[in-house]
Amino acid sequence: MITASDPWLLLLVVVPLLAAPVCVLLRSPSGAWSVATAVSWAVFGISIKLLLTVLEHGQAVYRIGGWDAPWGIEYVLDPLGAFVVLIVAGIGAVTMPYAKRSVEKEIRKDRIYLFYTMLLLCLSGLLGITVTGDAFNLFVFLEISSLSTYVLISMGQDRRALTAAFRYLIMGTIGATFYIIGVGLMYQVTGTLNFADLKTIMPAVIETRTILAALAFLTVGISLKLALFPLHMWLPNAYTFAPSVVTAFLAATATKVSVYVLLRIIFTVFGDVDIFASFPLQPVLIAMALAAMFLASLSAIWQENVKRMLAYSSIAQIGYIVLGIALATEAGLSGGIVHMFNHALMKGTAFFAIGAVIYATGAVTLKDLEGIGKRMPVTMAAFVIAGLGLIGVPLTPGFISKWQLVTAALELDMWPLAALILLSSLLAVIYVWRVFEVAYLREPAITADKPADVPLSMLVPIWTLAGAAIYFGANGTFTLDLADTAARHLMGGF
Amino acid sequence: MLFSFISEAQAIQLAVVLPLFGGLVVWWLGERNRNLREAASLITAMAEFLVVASLTPEVLDGARPSVDLFEMLPGLTITLTVEPLGQLFALIASGLWVVNTVYSIGYMRKNNEGNQTRFYICFTIAISAAVGIAYAGNVLTLFLFYEVLTISTYPLVTHSGKADAVRGGRVYLGILMATSIGFLFLAMLWTYNLTGTLDFVEGGILAGQVQGPELAVLMLLYMYGIGKAALMPVHRWLPAAMVAPTPVSALLHAVAVVKAGVFSVVKVVVYIFGLDLLTDTQGADWLLFIAGFTIIAASIIALRQDNLKRRLAYSTISQLSYVILATAILAPISVAGAALHMAAHALGKITLFFAAGSIYTAAHKTKVSQLDGIGKRMPFTMIAFGIGALSMIGLPPTAGFISKWYILSGALETGEAFAILVIIASTLLNAGYFLPILYVAFFKDQKMRPPDDPYSKYDHHGEAPVAMVMALSFTALGTIALFFFPEVPLALGRALVGG
Repeated sequence: MITASDPWLLLLVVVPLLAAPVCVLLRSPSGAWSVATAVSWAVFGISIKLLLTVLEHGQAVYRIGGWDAPWGIEYVLDPLGAFVVLIVAGIGAVTMPYAKRSVEKEIRKDRIYLFYTMLLLCLSGLLGITVTGDAFNLFVFLEISSLSTYVLISMGQDRRALTAAFRYLIMGTIGATFYIIGVGLMYQVTGTLNFADLKTIMPAVIETRTILAALAFLTVGISLKLALFPLHMWLPNAYTFAPSVVTAFLAATATKVSVYVLLRIIFTVFGDVDIFASFPLQPVLIAMALAAMFLASLSAIWQENVKRMLAYSSIAQIGYIVLGIALATEAGLSGGIVHMFNHALMKGTAFFAIGAVIYATGAVTLKDLEGIGKRMPVTMAAFVIAGLGLIGVPLTPGFISKWQLVTAALELDMWPLAALILLSSLLAVIYVWRVFEVAYLREPAITADKPADVPLSMLVPIWTLAGAAIYFGANGTFTLDLADTAARHLMGGF
Repeated sequence: MLFSFISEAQAIQLAVVLPLFGGLVVWWLGERNRNLREAASLITAMAEFLVVASLTPEVLDGARPSVDLFEMLPGLTITLTVEPLGQLFALIASGLWVVNTVYSIGYMRKNNEGNQTRFYICFTIAISAAVGIAYAGNVLTLFLFYEVLTISTYPLVTHSGKADAVRGGRVYLGILMATSIGFLFLAMLWTYNLTGTLDFVEGGILAGQVQGPELAVLMLLYMYGIGKAALMPVHRWLPAAMVAPTPVSALLHAVAVVKAGVFSVVKVVVYIFGLDLLTDTQGADWLLFIAGFTIIAASIIALRQDNLKRRLAYSTISQLSYVILATAILAPISVAGAALHMAAHALGKITLFFAAGSIYTAAHKTKVSQLDGIGKRMPFTMIAFGIGALSMIGLPPTAGFISKWYILSGALETGEAFAILVIIASTLLNAGYFLPILYVAFFKDQKMRPPDDPYSKYDHHGEAPVAMVMALSFTALGTIALFFFPEVPLALGRALVGG
């Protein structure tokens, strides 16, 4: 398919990348914030435009420097990529306004401009991963986003943020190294780094041991980045001790982008070979996904720190996404993809709401949250919506995801799997309801009777996400259709 | 239409939205304007009843007005359709809401309950959900409102916030959520996978799609997925819910929530499976036995309960299974009887709960063993209690007699000896746990509490507040009225099975 070069693809990545140093030059907290906000909204606008283009033409392409692939680097966006870009850019656009007051409270004033610099770099890296059609270029963006993430996490108030960031640095570097080893091995055999090119060459070389080793390295490396059980050990501390804004942003975007990379490798690079026949990927992924769904949910039940509880819940939810992918049918893929979007909405809302509670009261453990429902009714109502979504109650996006995933399992006659998906949502009932009980059924401590105010600049983003969650929970047709299109493209149909 | 200025489709939507709107007004008025707030609740309830009632003539004429709200999943819409059984359930729920609101005002004020605004708001959401269930045009819509009902009633169950309420709330939510997500959700998806539709269709949609053991398993998933029907052994949430304030127990856990359960059972049996399919395949045979077992076992447990509300709760479990038993007999006449029994039991049981709440409010007594001589101090309350009890036993001149008559006729028609035996045995058991209460209340002398008992100051009580006595007298009279004029519910019940 010949498509005209679409410069918006390049702008999507370059605008936040160039805006980052501008923040450094400005130095003033509000100046940096203004630039970051303007950029994030512009990027969101571009992402919508790109989604429309892709839905119309099937894909969007930009050739860097005018060089044709596979000699030059090309940026390609298919429906899946456009969907992920929309998630990342959308979350970015609501994160920036929310960040202003939260960051002022949580981060030293003289470091705030650095914070926005890093956040923009991270945004740029995540978007870059999604649009690039080149395996090595992807590694570059992976490093941009990872390095900025380490810095962002280390900016947390608690000194333990430093060790959390360091741990993530070690694990993340191992993951990235594994990825680049995998890419290197593929390059050795095929002589190309372009995904589309790799796809056409792969059937001829799939039987070589080098390629199988490459696949193993790639899978493990990416699984580390997306915190697939049991490679998730970096995640709980990182989410718990990072600044509230960072936690919300990462939980909603970073793991999703890593899932995108996994999809790209399995269904594009290895799309023309029967990867599941030559490599026992399916049982491994299903087993890991199920372990994540159950063990991480069980861990969440025992947490006292709400941020950590939500972090474990994220690991469990990633299990759902990976499970959908591992089913390797259109319905399953679309279930996994739609859950990327839905989970971003729900976890974004939940972390935003908890961030607002931290902003107003400094409370983050269950004990501190007693009676918080009465003191902060508007914020906690959003948390309730997010919590019900994690359970999968109808009218929340979680229901749409679960519907699609269970349908996919039933289509394959995998009854135990369907039952296990539902069983694990019952664990979500327990960990979510622990918070509800404390927040609504306990009386606030006597010392805590001063009103807990949250500025409008935080409430609006919280409720934008919560409102979107309700909308996409009531009208799952739009997101499911989009996910179906993305899944069909990945599976090779058009 | 009774009112010419709104169309049927608008009336159906209004029936679901109106309570929510009332809830917003209640929220806006808040604790500062409590008189206005209560007025708003009452007006909303009355308007709701009028809107629901206005749809009755059409449905009796055979119309099935329907409206699509939004497309939730590709090809699956949230649809409201009015059919006879749903109309009957909506009439019961919205009608008794009016009476219950009057009662609530008296109860909540006299007992100085906290968080009253939250209480009334949750009530409006619960009623909206109940009407949504009643008008659900497909299983997805039913499931949606079913979950809303569970979640909106949770704050009502845990209203006091005390440790026992929190514990009760956990059992309540745990069982209802576990059954609906674990079983009902799966059953719904399985049905969709088999048939490609979830619509409630006359004659059912599963005929020819599933047979043998699979049919029985699907039936099992549905019946235990609908935990609100309190089929044993998933009944424990109902006694647990008794920690709620009495108006909640009265309207929600004797009428709206539990009837939503048996209503869903009847709906699934008649419109998803279809009576013919079940008659041919005997897929519902086990249901008859489980329902019979639940009737007897719950009655025996009720005999041993000293806490009045718990005794009533077990009586409810037993009476709910009457509806399931009547449906499982699969004779059209007994299914019509099941519909009638929903109305009869609703009126009788809400009267009994009203009486229990009025005893608590006036005398601060919760146990059967404390009720000696109470009939002399609270004659209206206890006479109403007596009428409700007669209806539970199934004696004329109360509504319970008529519904049992129809259920028995169906059992005789199909020759279900087991069902007949169960009904006879349970009638005796019902008499066994209700009549002693009436005996001690009217023929024994009051036992005064020792002076150091903090509640002894309530020993010289009279009747409960007027609002409460009015409400319970009204429903008691209604129980008798339904005996003499069962036409509307019966006509709706007959229309359900095409008679």
